[in-house]
Amino acid sequence: MIEQLSVFLENQPGRLAQACRTLGNADINMRALMVADTEQFGVVRIICDRPNSAKEALEDAGFGVSVTGVYAVETPDRPGGLADVLEALGAASINVEYAYCFLEPGENAAVNVLKIDEGDARVVLEASGFRVLRPAELYEPDTES
Amino acid sequence: MFQPQWEAMSREKLEAVQVERLNAVLSKVHERVPLYRSRFDESGVRPQVATLDDVTSLPFTVKDDLRSQYPYGMFAVPRRDIVRVHASSGTTGQITVVGYTRTDIDNWADLMARTFASAGATPDDVVQVAYGYGLFTGGLGAHYGSERLGALTVPISGGNTKRQVQVLQDFGTTILACTPSYSLLLAETAEEMGVDITSLPLRAGVFGAEPWSENMRTQIEQKLSITAIDIYGLSEVLGPGVASECSEQHGLHVNEDHFLIEIVDPETLRPVEDGTYGEVVFTTLTKEGIPVIRYRTRDISRIIPGECPCGRVFRRMERVSGRTDDMLIIRGVNVFPSQIEQVLTGIEGVAPHYQVILGRKGSMDTVEVHVEVAPDTEFDEIRELEEMQRRVRSEIESALAVSIGVRLVEPRSIERSEGKARRVIDQRGDA
Repeated sequence: MIEQLSVFLENQPGRLAQACRTLGNADINMRALMVADTEQFGVVRIICDRPNSAKEALEDAGFGVSVTGVYAVETPDRPGGLADVLEALGAASINVEYAYCFLEPGENAAVNVLKIDEGDARVVLEASGFRVLRPAELYEPDTES
Repeated sequence: MFQPQWEAMSREKLEAVQVERLNAVLSKVHERVPLYRSRFDESGVRPQVATLDDVTSLPFTVKDDLRSQYPYGMFAVPRRDIVRVHASSGTTGQITVVGYTRTDIDNWADLMARTFASAGATPDDVVQVAYGYGLFTGGLGAHYGSERLGALTVPISGGNTKRQVQVLQDFGTTILACTPSYSLLLAETAEEMGVDITSLPLRAGVFGAEPWSENMRTQIEQKLSITAIDIYGLSEVLGPGVASECSEQHGLHVNEDHFLIEIVDPETLRPVEDGTYGEVVFTTLTKEGIPVIRYRTRDISRIIPGECPCGRVFRRMERVSGRTDDMLIIRGVNVFPSQIEQVLTGIEGVAPHYQVILGRKGSMDTVEVHVEVAPDTEFDEIRELEEMQRRVRSEIESALAVSIGVRLVEPRSIERSEGKARRVIDQRGDA
């Protein structure tokens, strides 16, 4: 599974900048970032190098952070790519909590990040011919897994 | 027990001592304090009682009386007999001054030694006094008591939290005396410094000077791996040392040989039955510098009926559950901030750190409670965070009977105080 950071942020001007600067100062490179927000607070989901050191750096700077396991599925960068993945999961009655996507520059491939709480999504995805990425393919891991 | 001859005396003998001491103090204040003389004379009260029940015929004293006599008007002895003054923090404006004679200081040391002993302290202990030293009674009050008991006393005073942790570690502190909220700040700071506070010799805490809850006690006891003892006092009556829990941790024994406690209905001012909540009222029985007669503390508590297995004869008052001073009136409803803390410590995922922001929208009071999420929360799922927010809101609303807003704020974002926590920000006057 991919280790994704989930950072709790109050809705305050400059707070996201502070979180990003903290990672920058810790020499941690981000691969993807997605903000989910409510009226009063937001959760920023980040995929980055050395996620555990990143968590520590953010906590030292006063942020609330947890590490969440997500799937990263590679699809060709073409219309319907993500729909194929979701249909395969839907057919196996696997529910997706949330998803976001980013492109691999020059690779003609998209990376689809999926949060799935139940069911063995990896088996279903691989049986349907999708490539589920390992951590080292996306970022520099800092735990053995 | 530090003074079993008093703490475990018979009820009968105690009451005889109380009547005798009460009469002595009444004569003295009538003779020497103009405010009491005119008040007794005006209301036609003779400054003598036959039984303890007669105390209810005496007039009350309130904080404003002490303010009006600022600084020295309440002294019942010539100023040259006063050897020390303390002053209340004056959160509501003018400070009030209290004076102590040499005998007062001596009695106070005994009473605080009782307090430490009832928390299990002995001369073998190392007591770190992290209450502020100065005009505030906490520091010096605890200091003299710890020394009187014979414990090794570390007069570190409040503040400089990292150094406090260092001293806890290096001096082998076994008993900590400070405000309950400060003990949590110490625990957090120790954690940040990489110090495992639970592995230190620290085994008990003597906590007072601000309202706290049973849930907060559980949290302190777990985080610091200690026994947390609640103590009670107020400068107008003495300072710390008026009442203290014993190892049963079920109610605070009032040092009744020095203080007469009454619980009265805050509206009618009539005494209530033991077991019923009301405003705590004290009469000092031995104080020389500033004796007070039926002083209304504005603290809400009750007498716990029955005897305590520890063997002390002194009756127990329950942990103070609210303060009429701190009481907020929100849309006509009486609200105690301590009720909010009680709720928060029962909900997983939030820390018991909160701030109440009172505002006004048109003619309506608005209440927003800022609540810190706990640092080890799972932050990923917005839905769960919103669910937590809803739960905090509905539980606070049902405890207070007032509708409020809740805002979840980041871990450790609410300012930690080194003395009393600032729980309420009232912006109703700013609009």
